[in-house]
This record gives sequence, structure tokens and C-alpha cells, in this order.
Amino acid sequence: MGRSVRVAIAGASLCVVAAIVVFTAMAYLRSSPPTVDFASGHQPGAPVELTLQTVGTIGFGTHPTWVSYLTEAPDGKWVHTTLWDLPAHTRVDVTILQYDSGSPLRNQLLGEVTGTIGGTMTVNGEAVSLINSNAGNGVGHTFSIPSLGVNVPLYGNPSSATLCSLAPCTTKSVHNVVKFSFMTPGPGQYPWQCFVPCGLGYLYGNGGPMQSIGYMDGFLKVVA
Amino acid sequence: MTGGGTGLAPAPGPPSDGDDGYGRHHFRRIIAIWVVLAAVVDVLFYVLAGPHIPPGTMTSTANGAQFDFNVLFLVAVPVLLAVWVYLAYSVWVWRAGRGRPEPKAGPYSRGHLGVQTAWIATTTAVVLGLFIFGTYELVAPAGAGGGEGPNPAWAPASHNVLPIQVIAQQWEFTYRYPTFGGFETSQLVVPADTAIAFHVTSLDVIHSFWAYQLGVKADANPDYDDVAYTRTTGQLGQFTVRCSELCGIWHGAMYDYGRVVSLADFMNWAKVTEKTLIPVTRLLPPFSWTYTPDANGADGAFYPDNRDPYSNVETYGAVPAQVAPFDQAPKAKP
Repeated sequence: MGRSVRVAIAGASLCVVAAIVVFTAMAYLRSSPPTVDFASGHQPGAPVELTLQTVGTIGFGTHPTWVSYLTEAPDGKWVHTTLWDLPAHTRVDVTILQYDSGSPLRNQLLGEVTGTIGGTMTVNGEAVSLINSNAGNGVGHTFSIPSLGVNVPLYGNPSSATLCSLAPCTTKSVHNVVKFSFMTPGPGQYPWQCFVPCGLGYLYGNGGPMQSIGYMDGFLKVVA
Repeated sequence: MTGGGTGLAPAPGPPSDGDDGYGRHHFRRIIAIWVVLAAVVDVLFYVLAGPHIPPGTMTSTANGAQFDFNVLFLVAVPVLLAVWVYLAYSVWVWRAGRGRPEPKAGPYSRGHLGVQTAWIATTTAVVLGLFIFGTYELVAPAGAGGGEGPNPAWAPASHNVLPIQVIAQQWEFTYRYPTFGGFETSQLVVPADTAIAFHVTSLDVIHSFWAYQLGVKADANPDYDDVAYTRTTGQLGQFTVRCSELCGIWHGAMYDYGRVVSLADFMNWAKVTEKTLIPVTRLLPPFSWTYTPDANGADGAFYPDNRDPYSNVETYGAVPAQVAPFDQAPKAKP
């Protein structure tokens, strides 16, 4: 085999390896949880029903021990995602099934309900505007959209209870039902997050799921 | 060179048009062009652009930063123009014209000690002057809006200073007003014509508080009280607050807007907010300049969280339960 042939083979091999590396890196970087569409077919003026659940350990996937949110799609199936298409200037009626335990908030200010319609939420049917996270079961998570001023603390379940550890959880497991409503703004992408440092095993609790879209962070993709 | 811009480097000889052999008439022309051009551009910049240079004039520190930027520009423009004018003059006057012989090195390519010395001395003076000016401007006006740490070396002369605590957390700034009952809010409202001390700290990782139009920027570190001073002018309006330290997935979304309002409006806002937030303030920890985050985060342990083996010091929000978990809950509105 001549030198030029060997050089050509080496060059081609290098190109193939580089292409595989680039393709893999791009596929990883561009990977994203699915987006649940609540905007298509939406009747103007009608509220959007958004049902979520929080679970202490999702129990499957690449990070089965991570805490996570899940979304109930319009067809009733639970989807592991935190991305939603929502219509603009529309009332969103949110129901969160809270299956996780709680703890004191790092910043008790976030125990206050803000930005919701009426400035309140209901916890198992009881109207609440403020949770003292240093009492009772503490706060498990928050549903917060900082740019819209929305903050809803989710009351924790007793740590002594047997908590759901495999999502999607069913209402047979111990849980709290949190309901509230808010208005979507104009079109745009609005980050939302949990303010409880619930990344167990990570320094300050702010790693892992707290830094991952699809777990404790997401986007409201508000469309016209 | 014998003048006329032939581009030639003739053999040494007596100048034919008043030149002394070193092209001084070129030098005088270049200097004249440069002086006129630099004066015109500097004046135009100072009059037309100077008042609009960011960060503006909302505070004394912003005003100082604007002044500094203008001074730097006014000094930099002549230097820039000196290079450009010389380059343009050289290209125009000493270019190799069509039909003319190729230029070649002559006595002028050997350098000129006087010119070289003057250039080095001038640029050294400019740089050292700006260094002294910048250093003075950085420290003398009460720290120039930068974070000075817990023991500021440069403080405002007035003792009538409004303290505002800036609390950074992933991914939001909240603000505490210790002289108004210690209430905490996500709104940053400051009064006009007032000296302000921002006490910047963090509840988790490293952030940085950057109130752009206020000319204030200070690192936000956990367990650390970083003090930055400024004084608002009479200018009212909105300003932008951004985190300027990469701090996690929503770092880019960690911004909000503050307001400078009149003193009367501020007092009204502060008193109303203090009263409105009494239920929340009762649950906050006593005011402190710093708060030590719990290294475990939410570890499933309940109150008091400061029993954690990794952090047995004060944890923000971890005060003994005084009331029921659902305190001050109004009935839902129909």
C-alpha cells in the first residue's frame, strides 16, 4: 500500500471519528425533554387546565434518585417534562399533586404565595397565602416564575409516611393537592423553577435536578 | 526628502525647499492636522455624546463612571488620531505614484531619537496619568460603587445612609430593609437624593449584584457582607439589576428592575410594605448582615434545620416554629 493511500485512509478515518464526536456532542447538547402542547386547539377565553406532580425520587431514567416534576398531558398521560406551550393572556388553572416531603425554606420569604389570581392557593381545599416552613411538614418545593412574580410554596408530606418513589405516582400515595391560577403574559419564553434546594447529595442542594430542565426547572413557552 | 511627496529617499544633501533634511515641514503639517482634528472630535464627543454615555447620572457613582469614561475617551481620541493621521498622511504623501520609481529606504527610515523619545515619554505620561486618575476615581468617591467587603475603607462622609440588604439566591435577588422592621421583598425601591449602603450577600453560591444605571456592582458571596455605597441624584426612574457572576442554569434569567422614587413616595412605599409584610417578616430570621447556608440543602430534615451535622450555625429561614404552618391564611376569594 502506497504512502498516499495510507494517508488518505488515515485522513478519512480521522474525519469519521470527528464527525461521530461532533454529532454525539450536538445530539447531547440539543437533547431536550418533550414539550406538552396546551396551546393548539385552545378556545380563546377558556382557561387551561395544567396538572403537575412532584415526586421525591422519579424512579426511572438516567437519574432515578432525582426529585422531579411531571406533567399530565391533555390526553391524560404523565410526561416527564417541565416544558409547556401555553396560550398568551390566558388563565391557567394549576393543580399540583405534591408527593414529596418538606423542610424549612432557605429563604422563608418564598413561603408566601404571590402572583396568583387572588394572591392565594388552596392546600387540600384550604385557602392559604403563607406557609411557615419551620412548622408542620415544611415546604417540599415551590412553583415559581420569577419574571412573572409567581411563587407558590408546596406544603410537604410527613417524612414518617411512606412516600411515593416511582413516578408517575397515583393518588393512592400520600400527597397534598395544591391549586391556584395565574395569567400567562404575552408571547415569549419564561423560565420557571423550584426554589427549594432539593438536589439531595449536591452541595447546597442546588445541583443535579435543580440545574436540569425536565426536573426542577422548565419553560413556559407562551405563544400568541 | 526634498518635499513634494515623491516618495523618494534621495541621497543626503542640502534641502531644496526649506526642509532641514529631516522632513520637518511634514512633521509640522501632521501636527497641525492632528491638533485640529483631535480638538474637533473631542469637542464634538464631549458635547454630543458625553452626556449620554452609560451608566448615566442616576447616582453619584454612575455619574462618576460616566465622567471617567468621558475622560478616557477624550484622552484616547488624540492618541488614536495621531496614529491615523500619520498613517493617512504617509499613505497620501509618500505613496508610490504611477510612473514614479519605487520608494526605498533613506535616512528617515533610520529613526529619529527626538521623535522616539517624545513618543515614549508622551505615551508613558498618558498611561501613568490615566493610572493615577483611574485609581483615584476608583477609591476616593466612597469606593465608586464597588463592593468593598465588610469593612469598607472608603465610606461616604454622611452618616445618614439608608442600608439595603441584597440577598442573592439561585435565581433571584431579594431585598431587606433593616431600618423598616427588616421586611424582605423582591422589589428594589430606593429614594432619590439619598446616600445608600447596599449590603450584598448570598444564600447559596457566588452571585454578583449589578445595578447598572446606579453604577453599583458588588460580589454576593455566602456568609459575607459586601458593602457598596452610592448616592442617588434627583433623577427618578427604572434601573436594571442583573447577576453578573455565572451561577447556574437560570443565571441569564436572574435579573429584575428597581425604581428610584421621590423620598416621600419611598417612605410611603416602605411603610405600607412593612405593614403588609408583617406576617412574612415574623417568619424571617432576625436581621443579620450574613446568613450561612445549609450545606446539605434540603436534606429531608425538618426544623430546626440548624441541627444539621454539616452546618450548625445560623441558617436563613430556620427559626423555631412560633405559629402554625398555615399562618395568616385568608379565605379564598370567590
